[in-house]
Amino acid sequence: MSTTFWIIIAGAIATYLTRVGGHLVISRFHNIHPRVEAGLNAVPAAVLTTLVAPELLNAGPAEWAALVVTAVVSLRGGLMAMFLAGAAVLIVARQFVG
Amino acid sequence: MSAQAISESGDRSDFWQGVRLSMPVVVASAPFAVLFGALAVDNGFSVLEAFLMSALVYGGASQMVGIQLFGQHVAPWLIVLSIFAVNFRHVLYSAGIGRRIAHWPVIQQALGYFILTDPQFAVAEARAQSGQTVGFAWYLGLGLPVYLFWIVESALGAVFGKLIPDTHALGIDFLLPIYFLGLVLGFRKRPLWLPVVIASAAASIVAYKTVGSPWHVSIGAIAGVLLAVILPPHHSGVKARP
Repeated sequence: MSTTFWIIIAGAIATYLTRVGGHLVISRFHNIHPRVEAGLNAVPAAVLTTLVAPELLNAGPAEWAALVVTAVVSLRGGLMAMFLAGAAVLIVARQFVG
Repeated sequence: MSAQAISESGDRSDFWQGVRLSMPVVVASAPFAVLFGALAVDNGFSVLEAFLMSALVYGGASQMVGIQLFGQHVAPWLIVLSIFAVNFRHVLYSAGIGRRIAHWPVIQQALGYFILTDPQFAVAEARAQSGQTVGFAWYLGLGLPVYLFWIVESALGAVFGKLIPDTHALGIDFLLPIYFLGLVLGFRKRPLWLPVVIASAAASIVAYKTVGSPWHVSIGAIAGVLLAVILPPHHSGVKARP
């Protein structure tokens, strides 16, 4: 088997460990402290924000416009509406400002 | 109708309800699957290897980082470590979702954790928060289409990748941030949402500038979670819940 194959296998195992590891650690505790629960509740916003924020450093007018429109549509629309509106604005804006 | 038949038809409608919710994710991830396939072949993967990585790792950003390092001939262990670092946030997801799926049989849980991606966690957590049960049929309906489309589109991207025209004009490089912003905004009604988002955004940007990618993901996430832990519980609204 090639090196690539083994990299893929090891990467898959490492990834599965992250996907089950948090549960295996947490499930050892019977009572979850309110502070821990508050921390767990904060996880999605905390993690997903880190996937967006640094992108702002390299963003220009087209990307800003797309993110603003996504945020505005979020006040009324669902995830699909948000995404399509943001993507449409990005593609159109890039035709003009690159 | 027997009780079993009622439960089966309930499972079936739960499954299709999950499938409907999966559609935005399928559409949003399609460009990345195709792009991954194209970039993988461009960085020396075979079509089969691109397909295999999507099928086994099944984590978009980590796959992108992996093939990028692969193309730069970085040591294999470092590529694996980078995949681990990019996916490290899933430790937090599994800690969070474990509370919601603890009632499933172990085999189902094992499978459930395998498809625990960003959107899978976000949508399942949102359902649990609305007071509904996260059942296996619903969860599978949400995750299976995304998984199947992801691996098929990766292979298609690997085969036809060189035919994609200007990816910048099509905005492909920035669709992921838009999608993730949509997910973040979907959680805006949670207690402490704004302070957590600000803390994570600031920490991830500073870490991105100093430590570098992909560690900014883990560092930024820990900053936001720590803030929620440190602030007094009564501010977090946890006690207020029945």
